[in-house]
Amino acid sequence: MELQEVEQLAKLARLKIDQDHAEQLRTECSKIVALASQLASVDTEGVPAMAHPHEVSQPLRPDEVTESSCKDALMALAPAQEEGLFLVPKVIEEA
Amino acid sequence: MEFKTLTQQRSALDTGQISAVELTQYYLDRIKQQDDTINSFITVTESHALAQAKAADAVIAANKQGPLTGIPLAQKDIFCTQGIKTTCGSKMLDNFLPPYDATVVKKLDAAGMVMLGKTNMDEFAMGSSNETSYYGAVKNPWDHSCVPGGSSGGAAACIAAGFTPVATGSDTGGSIRQPAALCGITGIKPTYGLVSRYGMIAFASSLDQAGPMAHTAQDCAHVLAAMCGYDNNDSTSLNRTCDDVTSSLDSDIKGLKVGLPKPFFDDALNPLIAACLDEVKATLEKLGATCVDVDLPNMHLSVPAYYIVAPAEASSNLSRYDGVRFGYRCENPKSLDDLYCRTRAEGFGAEVKRRIIVGTYALSAGFYEAYYRKARRIRTLISNDFTRVFEQVDVLLGPTTPTTAFKLGEKTQDPVSMYLNDIYTIAVNLAGLPALSAPAGFISGMPVGLQLIGPAFSEAKLLNVAHRYQQVTDHHLQSPNQ
Repeated sequence: MELQEVEQLAKLARLKIDQDHAEQLRTECSKIVALASQLASVDTEGVPAMAHPHEVSQPLRPDEVTESSCKDALMALAPAQEEGLFLVPKVIEEA
Repeated sequence: MEFKTLTQQRSALDTGQISAVELTQYYLDRIKQQDDTINSFITVTESHALAQAKAADAVIAANKQGPLTGIPLAQKDIFCTQGIKTTCGSKMLDNFLPPYDATVVKKLDAAGMVMLGKTNMDEFAMGSSNETSYYGAVKNPWDHSCVPGGSSGGAAACIAAGFTPVATGSDTGGSIRQPAALCGITGIKPTYGLVSRYGMIAFASSLDQAGPMAHTAQDCAHVLAAMCGYDNNDSTSLNRTCDDVTSSLDSDIKGLKVGLPKPFFDDALNPLIAACLDEVKATLEKLGATCVDVDLPNMHLSVPAYYIVAPAEASSNLSRYDGVRFGYRCENPKSLDDLYCRTRAEGFGAEVKRRIIVGTYALSAGFYEAYYRKARRIRTLISNDFTRVFEQVDVLLGPTTPTTAFKLGEKTQDPVSMYLNDIYTIAVNLAGLPALSAPAGFISGMPVGLQLIGPAFSEAKLLNVAHRYQQVTDHHLQSPNQ
C-alpha cells in the first residue's frame, strides 16, 4: 500500500489523518493487507460466496408501523439541533 | 464468597439464606473496593441494581421466581441499555444514552436478573487484549501485569475477580472464548442467529454473536436459555425453537466421539498447553468418550479471511458515526466534511481506524472481488470442512488460545501478532458455529482454556460435555489471590 493510497482511503472513509501518523498507518495497514493476500493463491473457482452461515432466506414481513414515534428521544441525542432538525455547518457556499 | 456460582446462589436465594439485595450489595461493595485496580467496569449501576434486586426479592417472597431471579449480572458495554451510558469502549459514544434496550438486556431483565453495571471492552469490540478501550486497559485478575484477553475482557475479568457470577459477552472472532480462557472462566459463543443482535452495537454483522460468560458451563446454560430466541427486530435471527440447553447437562457422554483437529495442535501451540489438552482428552476418555484425529484443511485461511470480512463490515457499520445524529462531535467544524473527518479522527482510536482503512480498501472498486467476495468464498470452504468433520465426530476439542495471558503492552506495537492470538477461535465465527471455552488447568499460575466446537445448534451438547468435565475437575473453581 502506498502512502497516497492510504490518504485516498482515509478521504473515502472520512477520517482525517494526521501527517505524523500517516506513514505508521500505511505500514500497519500494509501488513494486514499482506496477511489477507494469502487468500489470492487459493483456488475458489465454483465455490459460492457465503451470505449467511445457515440455509436461510431473508425474512419478509408486512410493511406496517409497529412502534410509536420516538423522534424526540432520538433528537435528544443529537450534538446540535434546532426545531427537530439536525444542525450541521453550512453546506451551500456563497457565490 | 460462600455462594460463588449462579447455581449455588439460586438455592441460597430460594432457601432464604441470602436476599437478592444482600447478594447485590456484596458484589457492589467488592467492585467499589477492588475494581480500581482491575478496571473491569466502565459504569456501575448501583441504584438500578438495588432497585432490581428489591423487585427480585418480592418475586422470590411470592414464590414466583424463575432460574435467574435475583442473580447479579454484568452487561458488556456493547449492549444498549435505555437511559444508561453505553460506550462500546469508545470516546465516540462516551456521551451515548440509548433510547432503547437491546433484546438481550430486555430478556435478562425480564428473567429477573440484576444488572450491576456495564463492562469494559476493546473499542467497538476490536481487539484481543482489552487494550484498545478508551477507558483504559483491563488487568487480568490472575496477574495484574497481564491482559485479560478481549474484546470481552472486562466481562471475563469481573467474573474471575469475583465481582459478579455472570456476564454477557459478544464474540466476533473469539471475543467471548479468548478472554474466558485467559481469565479462567467459562463462556459460550452460540450458533450465529441464535441470540438477537438487536441493540448490540454492530462490529461485523455476519460474525457478531452474543453469549453468556460464567464460572461454570451449568451457569452459562441457564443464562443462554434466557438469552436466545427469535427476534423480528433482527433479520438475521433464526426463526426456530431454541433447544433446551439445561435439562441435558447431566447426560452421560459415553460413546461421544471427539475430534482433535490437526491444525489446533500445530507449532504455534505452547507445549505446556498441549499437555493440558492431553489431560482433558484423558478425562473425557475416562468419561466414556473416544478421541480421534481429524483435519480441517482450510483452517489456516481463517485469520486472513477474517481480516477482510471483519474490517469490511466494520468500515460499513461504523460509517454511521458522523457527529450529526448522536455520539461525539468535534469542536468548531469549518465545513460538513471537516465535521465528519475530524469527528471520526478524534472519536475513534488507532485500531478502529486501521480496520476502517483496511475495510474501505477491501470494499473499494477493483478490490471487492479479489478481497471481500474471495473471503466469503473461503468462508464456504471453511464451513464445508466443518460439515465434513461433523459427519465423523460429535464435537471438536482443541485449545482456545496458543498461549496463556500475555503481558500488557507486549503486542500493541504489532497488530498482526495480536491478531494471531485468535488463530483457534476465528474459524468458528466464519462458519457460524457454536463453541465454548472452559478452564483446562494452569501454567505458572495462569489459566489455560479448552475449546469445544460443535455443529450448528449443538449448544446443549457442548454444555453437557463441559458440565460433565467440570463435575470431575476443579480448574473452574479456582480463584485468583486478591
